[in-house]
Formats: sequence, structure tokens, C-alpha cells
Amino acid sequence: MTQNISSQDTSNPPKQRKAVALISGGLDSLLAAKVVQEQGVHVEGINFYTGFCVEGHTHAIRKKDKDKQKRNNSLWVAEQLGIKLHIIDISEEYKDIVLNPKHGYGANLNPCLDCKIFMVNQAQAWAWAEENDFDFIITGEVIGQRPKSQRKETMPIIARESGADDRLLRPLCAKNLIPTLPEREGWVNREELYGFSGRSRKPQFELAKKFGFEDFAQPAGGCCFLTDANYSKKLADLWDARGERRYELDDIMLLKVGRHIRPKKNFKLIVSREEGENNFLRGYKKQFTSIHTVSHGGPLTLLDGEFDKEDIKLAAQIAARYSGGKNAEQVTVQVENYKGTSYVMDIPPMPSDDVKQEWHV
Amino acid sequence: MSQQTLDCRNLLCPMPVIRTQNALKELSEGELLEVTCTDPGTLSDIPTWCRINEHEVISTKEIGHEIIFVIKK
Repeated sequence: MTQNISSQDTSNPPKQRKAVALISGGLDSLLAAKVVQEQGVHVEGINFYTGFCVEGHTHAIRKKDKDKQKRNNSLWVAEQLGIKLHIIDISEEYKDIVLNPKHGYGANLNPCLDCKIFMVNQAQAWAWAEENDFDFIITGEVIGQRPKSQRKETMPIIARESGADDRLLRPLCAKNLIPTLPEREGWVNREELYGFSGRSRKPQFELAKKFGFEDFAQPAGGCCFLTDANYSKKLADLWDARGERRYELDDIMLLKVGRHIRPKKNFKLIVSREEGENNFLRGYKKQFTSIHTVSHGGPLTLLDGEFDKEDIKLAAQIAARYSGGKNAEQVTVQVENYKGTSYVMDIPPMPSDDVKQEWHV
Repeated sequence: MSQQTLDCRNLLCPMPVIRTQNALKELSEGELLEVTCTDPGTLSDIPTWCRINEHEVISTKEIGHEIIFVIKK
């Protein structure tokens, strides 16, 4: 003990290094942060909100999901690690990544490689800022884990194009990569990092067990709606109907809710499926024309696009088909525009067979 | 003690958390922030965020569909 102390310059103890970890809420980023934290590095988390994050939204909307655990997994991860978590809204800047991905899309409208580059770049801008002054960045990437973005050849692309270069450390697969600055400088011990590769999750589960982590999130489709085929189809429909590729945050939120029915190219209906969605859509009544059934219980419907009186009548018939009066001869509906001006009309509900399958987006 | 207010009604998580985080950045140590939310997810998310970032939730009230937090920086 005495020897150790005398061999160091006690007046100038080694600086504790600081790393910022990209935290998605999943297991890999949790483990990556933990591995580095275990080596005495000060770790804080950063989480990005793109607007497409599965984390957080839908569970809060649908009443049928009310009994499900309503936790935000990135916050849960930060609490498990005992680290601060900085959540950054990048939804506006992110549009360019979704609309113009330099490296293209994956199986759906998921620009995974561009997304990772962008997030590491944003983490880097935050980390190197004078008020934060971090030394390096951690991600939970594993070579071969994801077909689009996590491959041996994409690892250097992400490091280079994000600008993080060799200050980007992937603790779970570092042993399969060239040593980074934190390893070369001895800020972390490379020998205590890992060499995971491939799609198997077994090594991660074993490591989680070693650290005593239980009850971690394992989302089946990843953490982004853009990897979901149905969601991507709805987004593509929106662009097609508008004749241009653009979106606002409200558009992409509404794609997660209700039935989307497009009987004509110029407009679509968003029909709530249950009470939770009804409550959520009600918040949009000042932005959209809405229809609700008065004579019978039924869903709230929003109309998105441009429409005339005949279109509204058609929409009302479709909305009535999803109400308690679907078998009635007439259903009374109230139509209200975004200014709050409303009128009522009696219409026959559209027979089920007339609601064409191809109208369902 | 001064108390700022923040309206996060109709916002879904994590937006109420992000707005709370950004509003607290502008306050001094010890100042209070009242945050009004409608997303039931905030009942878990805001207290968790406060715990990990070392802020104190002084009170949580549910009035109808609204949830009102008072947070001390």
C-alpha cells in the first residue's frame, strides 16, 4: 500500500476520465456503459428523441395498454447505472436524415446507418462542448448485430463520418476493432472490454447476469417506428398523397394512432379505435376537421388533407360504420372544423363491404 | 420563493421530460417549477428523471386528466 502511494505523484492525481454513453433503453447500451463505468470512468448518458422513438408514446395512448408497465427504458437504464441522463430533442434536424439518407434505407424507411452517424455526431457536439468537457463516447454497438448499421465495415464509417473518430469506443466489440484513443491512452483497459459479434444475444444475456441486471427491455422491433413495415407504409402513403416528401412532428405522431383510411387521394380519415385514442385525438381538434357520432356511441375521426362537402359526407358515412349505429338506417354525426364551427347531419352508415380493403393504409 | 410554470398538456413522453429538463436549466438552485401534464407516462418518467438528475419532486397532484408536478431544482 505504502509502495503504491509513494510511486504516484499524490499532488497531481490522475484525472478521472469522462465518457458519454448513447442510451437507447435496450440491453446493449446498458451493458456498454456499465463495462466502462466498472473501470472507474465517470459516465453520463445521452438519449435522443427523433419523433419515431417507440419508447414512451403508444403505451400512453391506448387504454388497453394501461396495465402495461409505463416506464421509459432509457430513464430506467440510467437509474440502474446511477448516472445522469440528458435527453435531447433532435426531431427537427432528424427530418433530413429520414428524407435524404446518404447511405439509404434498410428493409423499410429506416435510415439506420445515417441515423447512427447523426446521433454519434450530436453526442460528440454535446460531449466536447466546453460546459460538458467529456473525453470519449460509448455506444452499445456489436459487429454483426444489425444487418444495416452494425457491420464490421460500417464501424469505421460511423467513427469517421460522425467526427468522433478514435474517441468512439464500443466496449462490447472493442476487441474486434483497432484500439481507440481511450484504449491507447490507458483511460480504459482493453483487456477488460469484449469481443462480441453476430446476431446471438447470448453473450449479452450472460454479461447482464454477471452484473445482476434483470427486467431489462427487449423490444422485438428495435427502438424505432421506422423499422416497422406498417408504419413505413403509412409514412410513404402520406408523402404520396401530398406529392412531396415532408412531414411535421404531428404527422408522425398521428401515424401511430387509429385506423388510417384513405378513400380518395386528397384526404384520409384517422379513426380512433378505443377510448385512449379518442382522448389523444381530441387534442388535435383545433388543427383538424373532426367527426363524431351523436346518435350512437362511436369513435372520434379526424380528416387530414383537402376535402369538399361531398368528401365530408363520404367520410361521415365511413366514420358511422365504425360507430354503435353501424347497422342503423341513419346515424347523426357532428362535423366540426378546426375553428370550432360545427353542424350535424344524418347519414346512412357505409356498409362494411363498401369500405374497400385498399382504402386501409 | 419564485415558482415558474410549464405547460406540457397534450405532449407525449418523452417531450414533457425534455421540456422540464430544459426549463430547469434556466432556473437557479432551490427554485420551483410547476409542470402540468396529461400523459399518464409522466407519473413514472418525471419522478425518475428528477431522481437520476438530483432534483426533488415536492408534490404530485392528479386533477381530472391533468397531472401537476412541483419540482425543486
